[in-house]
Amino acid sequence: MFDSIFAIIWIFIKIIAIVLPLLLCVAYLTYAERKVIGYMQGRIGPNRVGILGLGQPFADFLKLLCKEIIIPSASNRYLFIIAPILTIAPALAAWSVIPFSQDIVLANVNAGVLFIFAMSSLGVYGVLIAGWASNSKYAFFGALRAAAQTISYEIAMGFALVGVLLAAGSVNLQEIVLAQQGGLWHWYWLPLLPLFVIFWIAGMAETNRAPFDVAEGESEIVAGFHVEYAGMSFAVFFLAEYTSMILISILTVLFFLGGWLSPFEGIPGLQTAFAFVPGFVWLVIKTCFFLLLYLWIRATFPRYRYDQIMRLGWKILIPVALLWVIVVSAAIICKIGPWFS
Amino acid sequence: MSLPIKGIVMAEIRNYTLNFGPQHPAAHGVLRLVLEMEGETVKRADPHIGLLHRATEKLAESKVFNQSIGYMDRLDYVSMMCNEHAYVMAIEKLLGIEPPIRAQYIRVMFDEITRILNHLLWLGAHSLDLGAMTVFLYTFREREDLMDCYEAVSGARMHATYYRPGGVYRDLPERMPRYKETKWRSAKDIAKRNETRQGSLLDFIWAFTERFPGCVDEYETLLTDNRIWKQRTVGVGVVSPERAMQLGFSGPMLRGSGIAWDLRKKQPYAVYDQLDFDIPVGLNGDCYDRYLVRVEEMRQSNKIIRQCVEWLQANPGPVMLSDHKITPPSRVEMKTDMESLIHHFKLFTEGYCVPEGEVYSAIEHPKGEFGIYLISDGANKPFRVKIRAAGFPHLAALDEMCRGHMLADLVAILSSQDIVFGEIDR
Repeated sequence: MFDSIFAIIWIFIKIIAIVLPLLLCVAYLTYAERKVIGYMQGRIGPNRVGILGLGQPFADFLKLLCKEIIIPSASNRYLFIIAPILTIAPALAAWSVIPFSQDIVLANVNAGVLFIFAMSSLGVYGVLIAGWASNSKYAFFGALRAAAQTISYEIAMGFALVGVLLAAGSVNLQEIVLAQQGGLWHWYWLPLLPLFVIFWIAGMAETNRAPFDVAEGESEIVAGFHVEYAGMSFAVFFLAEYTSMILISILTVLFFLGGWLSPFEGIPGLQTAFAFVPGFVWLVIKTCFFLLLYLWIRATFPRYRYDQIMRLGWKILIPVALLWVIVVSAAIICKIGPWFS
Repeated sequence: MSLPIKGIVMAEIRNYTLNFGPQHPAAHGVLRLVLEMEGETVKRADPHIGLLHRATEKLAESKVFNQSIGYMDRLDYVSMMCNEHAYVMAIEKLLGIEPPIRAQYIRVMFDEITRILNHLLWLGAHSLDLGAMTVFLYTFREREDLMDCYEAVSGARMHATYYRPGGVYRDLPERMPRYKETKWRSAKDIAKRNETRQGSLLDFIWAFTERFPGCVDEYETLLTDNRIWKQRTVGVGVVSPERAMQLGFSGPMLRGSGIAWDLRKKQPYAVYDQLDFDIPVGLNGDCYDRYLVRVEEMRQSNKIIRQCVEWLQANPGPVMLSDHKITPPSRVEMKTDMESLIHHFKLFTEGYCVPEGEVYSAIEHPKGEFGIYLISDGANKPFRVKIRAAGFPHLAALDEMCRGHMLADLVAILSSQDIVFGEIDR
């Protein structure tokens, strides 16, 4: 009896230990985004709230918290409220199976990849419902675009993952990382290079980030699916978007860049010199690189048109992913080293 | 309607009507577009204008000629001095006067500075509409310097009211204003920012023209060969040369369609016939060509500015006619000379009377042909002022240009037209 209560409490503590730092990361990712893009664009970004503007995320949070949540009279109020919750819940739930290091994971489930895939797919329902419930034309457009886009890119992403599963021979995230042991050249980015690129592009499209941000397309459909949302209900969408960004970044690292493994593995001298660095640190560094890439791409590229996104997804990404899955399968059968031996 | 199954009524399919603007981020001011959409495809675009109507033409009828110069700035509020130029030229034509050559060079120089200002804003807004927001901030960085030029000659960063019938308000300043050290900017930083501001305004402009082609290269690296940029603009909003002429296009919209029509070359005014520059012309008449034309125009404007700066540095002289029936006397003269005091009093109360007649004066405005049709009945106020806004025919063709395109293309086409509502609504 007490054992099970204790176990539940322990799980709760672990959840909080993941979610709280995660939300902090999201807060500072928004800050980093504004700072990094600011410097790329020749400005300085937020610098007034606190030292170097570090208080900015909290000031923004406070502002959004104090604002009224406006529910349009023509909307379906229940769905309208549920939508942001439906968006954030899977974005957070997916984190339960992410291994942060060799043993640090909330739930080491064997079907981890499938679970994540399911969770990231669920996110689109929130967007769809938000667009539908708002009963606004712009929001409806946003929802339509988001639905079409997410479904198309899910497939490309799925096929990219098939390659990883084939290579690692497992759907357990920890085992996928451990299968990449042996140094920089053993990580899957090299043998699965096309899949790596496809996964990253599909990931960007999944999170509705520039240049795939047609679902909110500022200059076309104003803010797309969340145009009618204000205050905290908007903030929740925002939170979900950034949580997904971090999630996609960390997944890319886990699948293709050896997760928490040290990049100096197998290099004499450097391996021992950097042996003291905990795996978690490597994971964070690699994830930060991809987050930076998100921001960099956003600052650089124009937005795709809706039909061009579809074309890219269906006519380029999916065929290439399919082809490479076949290549990988062949390589595994032929035991081409050092990855598949 | 016969029904396939009894009792089931087919849903009546209607096109989706979308109200685009006037508070839309891509509406470029206050355009209200009523769109008829079939899914993402635009079936009909119905522009509604007039939300920024300020009755400029009517106001001008109740003011002495000089007092309307300031209204001209506010027509197309991103190419201020060019508007002034057309108006001032119309008055000069009626009066039968010609401003001093130095004033004409100054006007041409500022016309071209204005053209760069306008095209920079256009480029920034156009790329922002297509989702590339960095270019926007880069272009505003350069705009800042040009605004400083405006400020240095006229005291105002936008609405300069610098051109006057008979010349320009005053000669170019010998000293460029400098930044001061603040809590936020160190002495070293300020020294760097003031580096090009040590000499006169002309030195500052010269330094700008040295640097500017590099800046244009910078925008081009972000856009010209960018695959997404090309996908978004090539083949979008195509206007054939014949159609462009029929629709009354002018400026980069017409040149983008492949017609080398430029009033600076075809009907030279001021000193354009003494300057060396080229007219860029597009091939396909799509958004991409219009983009290329405008980018090249910025480079050509830069070239013209350089020629003007060289000439102005070598040739000092008066910048205003000394006919004090039209131009005000200097303050010193006014304080000491009775005749001048009378002139001053007359000019600033009654203004000057313009001989009876009508005139059309058009200039190559950054957006196209900007014309002022002026009728004078011999009084000190115009009888009628008609403004030919360059953007008006362009906007009128929006429906034709974006029919069958997608919503995202509509945004691209609209911003490639370089619409400003100050002049369209007047």
